[in-house]
Amino acid sequence: MLNDFLILMKSELVVVFIIFLLLFIKVGTEIKNENLLSVIQFLLLANFVLGFFFNETGTLFGGLFTINSLMAFQKSILSLGVYLISLLFSDWLKKSEHMPEFFILMLSALLGMFFMISSGSLLMFFLSLELSTIPVAAMANFDLEKKISSEASMKMILSSAFSSGILLFGISLIYGATGTINFAEITPLLDGSSLQILAFVFLFTAFAFKLSIVPFHLWTADVYEGAPVAVTSFLSVISKGSIAFILLTTLYKVFAPMQEIWYNMVVLLSITTMIVGNLFALRQQNIKRFLAFSSIAQVGFILVGLSSNSIQGTSSVVYFVLIYVFSNLAAFGVAGAISQQTGKERIDDFKGLYHNNPFISWILALALFSLAGIPPTAGFFGKLFLITAGASKGNYFFIIVAALNLIVSLYYYLRVIRAVFMDKNEQPIEKIILNPSVKLGMIICGAGIVLVGLLSWIYDYITALTA
Amino acid sequence: MNLTLLILLPLVTAVLILLMRNAAQVKWIALIGAAAQFVLAFALLFAFRSERLGGNEVQMLFELQYTWFPAWHISFHLGVDGISVAMILLTSFVVIAGVLVSWNVTKMSKEFYFLLILLSLGAYGFFISLDLFILFFFLEIAVIPKYLLIGIWGSGKKEYAANKLALMLMGGSALVLVGLLGVYFGSHEKTFDLLTLANAHIPVEVQKICFPLLFVGFGVFTALFPFHTWVPDGHSSAPTAGSMFLAGISMKLGGYGCLRVATYIMPDGAKEYANIVIVLSTIAILYGAFATMMQKDLKYINAYSSVSHCGFVLLGIGMLTKTAMTGAVMQMVSHGLMTALFFAVIGMIYERTHTRQVNEMGGLLKVMPFITTVLFIVGLCSLGLPGLSGFVAEMTVFMGSWQNPDTFHRIATIAACMSIVVTAVYILRAIGQTAMGPLKESYGNLSDAKWNEKLAAIILIAGILAIGIAPFWLNDLISPATEIIMKKLQAVHSGL
Repeated sequence: MLNDFLILMKSELVVVFIIFLLLFIKVGTEIKNENLLSVIQFLLLANFVLGFFFNETGTLFGGLFTINSLMAFQKSILSLGVYLISLLFSDWLKKSEHMPEFFILMLSALLGMFFMISSGSLLMFFLSLELSTIPVAAMANFDLEKKISSEASMKMILSSAFSSGILLFGISLIYGATGTINFAEITPLLDGSSLQILAFVFLFTAFAFKLSIVPFHLWTADVYEGAPVAVTSFLSVISKGSIAFILLTTLYKVFAPMQEIWYNMVVLLSITTMIVGNLFALRQQNIKRFLAFSSIAQVGFILVGLSSNSIQGTSSVVYFVLIYVFSNLAAFGVAGAISQQTGKERIDDFKGLYHNNPFISWILALALFSLAGIPPTAGFFGKLFLITAGASKGNYFFIIVAALNLIVSLYYYLRVIRAVFMDKNEQPIEKIILNPSVKLGMIICGAGIVLVGLLSWIYDYITALTA
Repeated sequence: MNLTLLILLPLVTAVLILLMRNAAQVKWIALIGAAAQFVLAFALLFAFRSERLGGNEVQMLFELQYTWFPAWHISFHLGVDGISVAMILLTSFVVIAGVLVSWNVTKMSKEFYFLLILLSLGAYGFFISLDLFILFFFLEIAVIPKYLLIGIWGSGKKEYAANKLALMLMGGSALVLVGLLGVYFGSHEKTFDLLTLANAHIPVEVQKICFPLLFVGFGVFTALFPFHTWVPDGHSSAPTAGSMFLAGISMKLGGYGCLRVATYIMPDGAKEYANIVIVLSTIAILYGAFATMMQKDLKYINAYSSVSHCGFVLLGIGMLTKTAMTGAVMQMVSHGLMTALFFAVIGMIYERTHTRQVNEMGGLLKVMPFITTVLFIVGLCSLGLPGLSGFVAEMTVFMGSWQNPDTFHRIATIAACMSIVVTAVYILRAIGQTAMGPLKESYGNLSDAKWNEKLAAIILIAGILAIGIAPFWLNDLISPATEIIMKKLQAVHSGL
């Protein structure tokens, strides 16, 4: 029993261990941020690696907690993302006097996501979702002296409280319709009655809030702009990724009998999300807002793959999230390094960046090309597989809209590329000094962007886990 | 002959370029890499010929297949037939000439050569891939280098032109993507393999949807009317080597795709839409020719005349006869060499006179005899003088077109033929104004071509002459491959 417990919950236990370690250190000893950071980074990396070993399928706590190797891999992706964040923003973290608290919050949120991925009932799901949201709201407030940061935190709290309310209402309706909150027991009882559809709509709305699917995206840009870059990147990559994962389980497994109903919803929301995300991204001046809207458009793309309801759908979504972790974190890493040292966050300030900073310019270019889906970067493969999975239903209109959105998105990614490489600037940004771990983080991201696509066995591995 | 060499060689060259420290090393590495590509392309030609002469009648030679993404049934499937070999030869000619011509690039030369070589990588990969997924992969690889080449090293309205080009080409490839997915799922084969798809019978209704998507998508690359608008802006803003690559290689990707992908795997669709293709390409031919007459800028002249000349490629494909298709491929090769040379010469002239306006020049024959002679040769090739490649290619297309006995095809052929007269007018006028007449005083001490420029010009002229004087070798190379495409079309016809 204890062995089961240790092995099945290994990722969660490591995170809990780090959290407690940080708590004790914070209370008990004086330790330099720098050393502490290295320990945390090491443990996160260990957790990432651990996700590939001792994978067993099983359930704990009477079905509240389930785990299989695909879930373990999803957790590994999230651990990797947090590890990369700790590398990319280490400059900012080291200078912060509240670094332990920051990590305690971030890791609590991560823990919530882990439980959410593994949850086997709506109760567990709701609890873990709250655990993954509330700490992030506190993190958004971490630029303590900035008003805009508090505002971001406030907006985040309000919107997530609202969506939690909707979620709870949906859960109560489901309980009313089926008499159970266990995922496994709900599925056979679904017959598409109007009460169940209503329940599903409420549940899905809550997801839509968290994923910032249009029209539930209004909080996103302000929160992203106000929060520190590290938090923004956590929100846009790790949070989004985890919700995409749980959406896979919910739609493909739990609500599988209602497939025809949710298919239309997903298609419609995907189209609006892509279009609105892209059109708003066109006009953004602030790099963080820009990335916020581009990430909304990316979520629209994830929905394209999600709509397919097949093994290919699952594997392409997981694969895309992995790629998205590398690409978006690289972009945020560069934006963070620049804003950390110069305070500049406008795209116009990036003009002539290449002149003094070729390395980060190339990383940024790789990241943006990957987000835009240009080969040979991994984003090309990710987007192509999402579209191919979505096309399996034969809905040509949907696929054409998705393909056209690829062009629109290319336009605004090229805007940044153009500013960096082509536009002239009297006073280009000076040489940004990167400390070794930031550089390491960028190199890992860059390597990930190039290799995850070209090495096809990564995709095969995910498919093997899915099947 | 291992075809992966064609991908590995540019890749290694590109990586080496990135590792080099100073500009001199960079350009020598680029030149050595380009020369190696040149040698490799000829080695491929000879290996191909000896296989064929040895009686190997397999459709694709030197096939290689590695699995790549087995979950989607994608494989890294390479192979060449005569058409691909001809296109690879063309690419290697343009690459070496392009590298030679840009010998004096000083601004960020490392990045410049890196992008040039990357572009050639995309082109080689495109021409040898037999799996539509990797074909699409290489097609898109070639887009971004063009964008950066124009945007960073270009002139004039370069940002606008670069954006327009990138977006239009990506728009084209988005259509290609949708078409490919339609074929993938519509054929019920769930495969991207070109040969499997060609042998499978794709349902006619799927072909009716996917053929226009694929044809127009690839057509954007090869200046299909009315999607040709990126051509003048892109070509005229690009740096010399960029224009050469764009017109010489990149536009050929589209023609190759129209023929190999759209027409070959979807003969029903090709038959269905052939008349529209003919109408559009005839419009492009005439419109391009007349638009050229209005141009004063040498680069615009060549860009618009490219629209006209690439119209012949699409016309040849749309005519659906074996001779016309062979002519279309010949026209691709011929136009690639010719237009690359034309842009190279324009670049040489511009570097010296700092203008591309025809009416500001005059009498250049006196100060730079070599460059002006090359300009004469390329102009005559463009207007279709016998003995040069342009005549051979266009004549083949016309002959193939005339094989269609009905009035519609005849009218289209005659209309296209008339463009030659217009071509003669604008070419002779442009060359006359540039080369003849009184020499401007300020141009008195301009120098003639340097070794690198001479070498580039000679290589390209050699190609033009080789096709012009002895067209049969190119014909022998291409026609067995077009024969296979024709057989498929005829099988459909007899089946109806």
